[in-house]
Amino acid sequence: MNQQGLRFEKLKIASFDFTCCEGCQLQLANRESTLADFLRLIDIRNFREISSEQHDDYDIALIEGSISRSDEVERLLAIRRQAKVLVAFGTCACFGGVNSLKNRVSGEAAVSEVYGEIKVETLPVRRISEVVKVDLSIPGCPVAKEEVERIIISLVTGSLVTLPKYPVCVECKAALNTCLFELGEICLGPITRAGCHAVCTTGKTPCLGCRGPAEEINMEAFLHLVKERGLSRSDLQEKLAFYNAFDAFTP
Amino acid sequence: MIYKIISKAEFKRFIDALVRSNSSFGPRMVDTDSRGEAVYQFQPVSSVDEIAFDYTRTASSAKHFFLPFRQELSRFHFHDDDWDQKVSYEADPVVLFGLRACDISALNILDDVLLNGHFPSAYYLAKRKNTFVIGMDHLPLPDCFCKSMNHHTVPTGFNLFCSDIGDEYYLAINSSKAFNFLREFETRDPQYDENCRLAERRKLISSSFRTEIDVTGLPAILDIEFDSPVWKKWGDKCLSCGTCAMVCPTCYCYSVEESFESDLQSSSRQKRLYSCNLVDFAAVAGGHNFRPKNGDRLKYRYYHQHRGFAENANQQICVGCNRCGKACLAGINPKDVINDLRLEKDTCTTSVSSSPARS
Repeated sequence: MNQQGLRFEKLKIASFDFTCCEGCQLQLANRESTLADFLRLIDIRNFREISSEQHDDYDIALIEGSISRSDEVERLLAIRRQAKVLVAFGTCACFGGVNSLKNRVSGEAAVSEVYGEIKVETLPVRRISEVVKVDLSIPGCPVAKEEVERIIISLVTGSLVTLPKYPVCVECKAALNTCLFELGEICLGPITRAGCHAVCTTGKTPCLGCRGPAEEINMEAFLHLVKERGLSRSDLQEKLAFYNAFDAFTP
Repeated sequence: MIYKIISKAEFKRFIDALVRSNSSFGPRMVDTDSRGEAVYQFQPVSSVDEIAFDYTRTASSAKHFFLPFRQELSRFHFHDDDWDQKVSYEADPVVLFGLRACDISALNILDDVLLNGHFPSAYYLAKRKNTFVIGMDHLPLPDCFCKSMNHHTVPTGFNLFCSDIGDEYYLAINSSKAFNFLREFETRDPQYDENCRLAERRKLISSSFRTEIDVTGLPAILDIEFDSPVWKKWGDKCLSCGTCAMVCPTCYCYSVEESFESDLQSSSRQKRLYSCNLVDFAAVAGGHNFRPKNGDRLKYRYYHQHRGFAENANQQICVGCNRCGKACLAGINPKDVINDLRLEKDTCTTSVSSSPARS
């Protein structure tokens, strides 16, 4: 691709799934209006959801899901050795995600609850950065294709890759939504990284923080506000733990 | 200015005709909050019945009709070794109904900053010129403090302003467009009695304020209190969520982003309303942040609002609507912050020694 005397190379990309629903990867095939152009920016070397061809000469690895089995660890280490840029792709990869709910009980209890008598090997759920070095994180449950596209374009053109640093409230106010706290709900919007266009709160569903904490959040003030309004502490803890994204801040 | 009297029934017929034939926005109830109070916003309206004539205050101001939360400034196209830029100032005509005096004052302040300064904004001008603004007076809410800011009445900046004088509206007509529209409806010239009722209405509004903020000498106090512990106190409460600036009728600070389209053949430059409370508002290339602390960022918002910047001739730009105070989850509001500053100032003056100590 030539542009104003600059030559842009296609990104040799691979997408891998671990403990997840594969919904984030599927987002790559979404947003049809720009899909053809988007696919011209990347050279898909390995992506089982859309191609049976598999090559190991990729530069960028998108990692979806968390790590919950020892064979996953082996596979992830091999990917890390090959990838120049390893991307934690989606909330499970970035924070552990919903899968982390398993960590509240013992491994045996979790296995017997789900599989009964069948013996299944399982480990406590870990986010990708707890196993290998992560170069770039794209959070979201699922990731926002628009944001993925923007980041891929940045990688192709060699410009700065950024995520919004401010919380969801900015986007929620731009949508003229009524604050869910005003409706008596606990919403994690004030402490959660924006970039989702406040899609949940626009649908009157409180934010559960799938994009993780915004930069330099004021957790103390947030906890104070929940308490001041007489809202349920257990509801708060449930929401903060939902995606395991606020473990560093949880009281 | 031309003044007319119109019956409320006739006025509704006029508004109905206007909103049916134009892209129109007016106050509508969008929710009921957990205290049972109605929540209003300026929303699209297509008939007079959809308008909440008795609304209190919209949660968000009307600013975004003139300064959209996101706006494309220009679009670039690349071809061969060259490129071209397209800039468009087009704005569709809009009827905006039900603005309060303070909301219209806010537009006048934005005019000052964005039209009368060294770098007038054609984007803003296009929207301002193409928006037909109808104002409505109201009795102040318990937390309105626009009188303290001298914005509880507004002499200009609207096409039409209606004051409620009982069974009729007292209309102030401030544009030929409004005058011509009204020709097809039944109005009459105000008589002595209606002038009296208008005076009474204004007196009632003026005497109904329950929140007052002493802003005399505030710009100087803010200068003196630059290092006041008050900023840390309120900054510690601040969530840095930007809500105050988003709902504010005069906060106009923005960021500019440039981005490629996926085909790499074109790109756009977009302007987004931003807030000086957001963590990276003063972050620059290389990663340095000039205002890393919540309190510093909060301080600058108050400086801009209540001390003013050079581009606005150092005038306060707060109009006293208290939307920021109402929306702030952390309970930060202009009244308490400014009173705190004044208290700080008073304590200083009484405790400081009157003359240098002798050695």
